Amino acid sequence: MKNARVAYAGALHTALERDGQLLLADGRLVALEAVVWLPPLQPVTRARTILALGLNYADHAKELEFKAPEEPLVFIKSESALIGHRAFTRRPPGVTFMHYECELTVVIGKTARHVKRCDAYDFVAGYSVANDYAIRDYLENWYRPNLRVKNRDTCTPIGPWLVDAADVHAAGGPMNLALQTTVNGKLTQSGNTRDMIFDVPFLIEYFSSFMTLQPGDLILTGTPDGVVDCRAGDVVVTEIQALGALHNTIQ
Amino acid sequence: MNLAPIPYSPTGTVYGVLLNFQGECAAMAARMTQPPYQAAPRAPVLYIKTANTWSANGADIAVPRSVAEVEVGATIAMVLGPGSTRGQGPSAAPAVASYVLMNDLSVPHSSFFRPPVKFKCLDGFLGIGARLVLAAQATGAMDPALFKLHVHINGSIRQSVDFSCVVRSAAQLLADVGEFMTLREGDVLMLGCDIGRPLAKVGDRIEISAPDWPAFGSLSNTLIAQAT
Repeated sequence: MKNARVAYAGALHTALERDGQLLLADGRLVALEAVVWLPPLQPVTRARTILALGLNYADHAKELEFKAPEEPLVFIKSESALIGHRAFTRRPPGVTFMHYECELTVVIGKTARHVKRCDAYDFVAGYSVANDYAIRDYLENWYRPNLRVKNRDTCTPIGPWLVDAADVHAAGGPMNLALQTTVNGKLTQSGNTRDMIFDVPFLIEYFSSFMTLQPGDLILTGTPDGVVDCRAGDVVVTEIQALGALHNTIQ
Repeated sequence: MNLAPIPYSPTGTVYGVLLNFQGECAAMAARMTQPPYQAAPRAPVLYIKTANTWSANGADIAVPRSVAEVEVGATIAMVLGPGSTRGQGPSAAPAVASYVLMNDLSVPHSSFFRPPVKFKCLDGFLGIGARLVLAAQATGAMDPALFKLHVHINGSIRQSVDFSCVVRSAAQLLADVGEFMTLREGDVLMLGCDIGRPLAKVGDRIEISAPDWPAFGSLSNTLIAQAT
């Protein structure tokens, strides 16, 4: 099933995709265009851990002139960076290079500590699409990529759906999904999750070896080659096979 | 019946800051212009202490068997109140509701080039004081530059921390962070950890206190060996 969280008619709702429409929990069927989309994540009681990978596709590491890492390059975001599908992301005035990053996102489904690779998929609630924008003007070589680049308000769209893990696993799993980005309808990024350096089971084993993950925690698994500067007014669509197309407009 | 107050636990995200003490910057000065850093940082260098790191006052903190010693990061954190920090100038009143003691533990690391997740986000690696001290007192707003901390390990004093020696004052730090992200109500921003951070090992009891500010109480945690 494809799960969403939306605002409609003055209230928040959980919803499911049903024949190209949204079936709200209260039984109403509404059009996809009739709602405001929120990140497809249930609220959590303590701060959500959002892990994000850098340089996790060999071609992207090469594009950025880095050697492929020997262990995951990971940074952390806060929930304040997240926004939903069809939202607006702010480009700060005066910057020269702001780019999208289309990323397979893992949503943890149960408490994960010292998980073995072979069991890792049991700990996944589902998958989504994130667009992990970066503003390269603000890169500094201290805890790089620094929060000024990666933790800005509105700069991590996620959604539209949280697709149940069972559906993705039954259809072959998350490690062979095409992903792509278009800017104003023109294809600018194209790749496949099979080209990740550190795959989803590895990442769950690695992180849970020293940090316990909780339901609702996220792993953004990095982006392949093909990032370009985005300007105000650009419509950026990051899409992953079987998960959906996440629309965002630069403001 | 005597009911103890419920200990504080963060309701938002906990942020730390590197290089916010003059002593830290002086110690790094010669390396700052060398690779991989190339230049001194311009914006505050932040990191996040994820929820799995949070340990209450009095809790044992498990140290993985592969880690011989941990670095003690005694600090005071600002807890944000209602209202946004975004876009405030340095002269604006910061939206700090209260302050709390923290022990920002790390696996010692000498490179600050990549985010310190595997050094700072281990389970239990943030001791959190039980008591919030309100920022606005009857005598007016507290000045965080007046804070001083003592760190005792097994009863011996090992470090004194003087918050008049910071690079960015509390208000300046809030303003400079607010330039690029919004701190929400309940979010927590630590003021930094000075150099001279003591090392501690399994069996040690670490106690952080603010002798001039008894309202903070003390923050005490004991390091134990991880079971698995």
